[in-house]
Amino acid sequence: MKFEDEPVPGYPLPILAGHTSPGRLERVLRAGAFAVTTELDPPDSADPDEVYRRARVFDGWVDGINATDGSGANCHMSSLAVCSLLTKVGYAPVMQISCRDKNRIAIQGDILGGAAMGVCNVMCLSGDGVQCGDHPQAKPVFDLDCMSLLQTARMLRDEKRFQSGRKITSAPRVFLGAAENPFAPPLAWRAERLAKKVEAGAQFIQTQYCFDIPVMRDFMNRARDLGLLEKVFILAGVGPLRSAKTAQWMRTNVAGTHIPDAVIQRLAGAQDQAREGRNLCIDLIHQLKEIPGVAGVHVMAYRQEESVAEVIERSGVLDGRRPWFPQRDASVDSDVDAGPDAHAAHAD
Amino acid sequence: MIAMRRWSVRHARGLETFYILFERAFVACHPLWKLIGYQRLDAPMAAVEKVVKGFLFDCQMCGQCALSSTGMSCSMNCPKNLRNGPCGGVRPNGHCEVRPEMPCVWVLGFEGSERMRGGYAKIRLVQPPVDRRLQGRSAWLAVARERAAPALPAAKSSLQP
Repeated sequence: MKFEDEPVPGYPLPILAGHTSPGRLERVLRAGAFAVTTELDPPDSADPDEVYRRARVFDGWVDGINATDGSGANCHMSSLAVCSLLTKVGYAPVMQISCRDKNRIAIQGDILGGAAMGVCNVMCLSGDGVQCGDHPQAKPVFDLDCMSLLQTARMLRDEKRFQSGRKITSAPRVFLGAAENPFAPPLAWRAERLAKKVEAGAQFIQTQYCFDIPVMRDFMNRARDLGLLEKVFILAGVGPLRSAKTAQWMRTNVAGTHIPDAVIQRLAGAQDQAREGRNLCIDLIHQLKEIPGVAGVHVMAYRQEESVAEVIERSGVLDGRRPWFPQRDASVDSDVDAGPDAHAAHAD
Repeated sequence: MIAMRRWSVRHARGLETFYILFERAFVACHPLWKLIGYQRLDAPMAAVEKVVKGFLFDCQMCGQCALSSTGMSCSMNCPKNLRNGPCGGVRPNGHCEVRPEMPCVWVLGFEGSERMRGGYAKIRLVQPPVDRRLQGRSAWLAVARERAAPALPAAKSSLQP
């Protein structure tokens, strides 16, 4: 799919009727295409080239790049800065905002600032506790929670007001996202909580890693019964596991990660575990795509970002679609079909 | 005390009934509170609340009690202060991501709300952001003042209209 008014880096697209943002992610989702988003691991560096290098590996395979905000409570380049670098050359970042490190004054300022820099998607998160990161001695802020953050962002956009009631002159035109973990207790409550997020303003959801299809299916059925599927786009979280050992480690150490034993056994039984991890990821993407209401996938491939291209390509979920990236249209004439080859570097 | 928190959640319905009656009586005393002066009463009343609610719920004195919407589990005991929890980090055994020895206050809250009159109706409501100015002040007096004289809300600037 190609829009006739593709972005000129630094210039916003027009906002279509019924859309809240000028962003491509919202366009792709509302057009009914299966969307793919991913996560950029922000550098521990002040070098902008590192950000561009990390974004380039996704070229042509994703509709949105999440700029994480101190994920796992570890310190990195800020999400606002990563986003402003990315929008400068036309990428479509999803600016993550965590409530852990900033109070409502800073957060609202960042939403305005991000939108001014061309950010069209904002992901509202509570954030991991400080204890799990590299600065456990830090003060956890948690002035807002993800729900009141969504409300606040929506208020800025739709009512053109700060939380204090003070007017703003130009509203941030952003598409609002939130996270959900269908696999953490209390399971029966998870879809209800999703309903709360939708009520608070969430327009799209990126879930935690989905390794347990039956649980995901129950969650989606419940969401359908609550009438949520017409109101929110759900992108299922997936990711290639490097080995059975990694899976085991994630299960014990990464909060909220649910990996069934069968998955670990499948990896352990393979000769090339990393390859099997990617195969598994592709199988999961296919199964998730079949679940009614799953509007796309969010691929989290921490420290193996170069495998995202392979996973998405082999899964075929883009259906021949080539998401925009800075050089896409410049390269159309010279290497129309060179896409997959251009990504040969991803084999690891 | 975790054992007491569990007790309160198990008795969420009884506590809810008690609170409804208590609130009615407390609001009815508005002329008395007004005579003594809400401002003057705040500190002693907050001290009473701290003892009573501290014992029953490990109350953190946020000054804007939401217990009837959180299944009688005090959400300010969540290390992330989530008023609309639970977060995605809840452990498979239902314990907290940050404090593994503590049951998630929202897992408890969900259990408690099952037992309450309206069921999940109130826990489904989106709670507005916390007004940090009310920390340490009496939530009961705030309710009495608001109910008795709705024209003079105790605190401005909540997200709710």
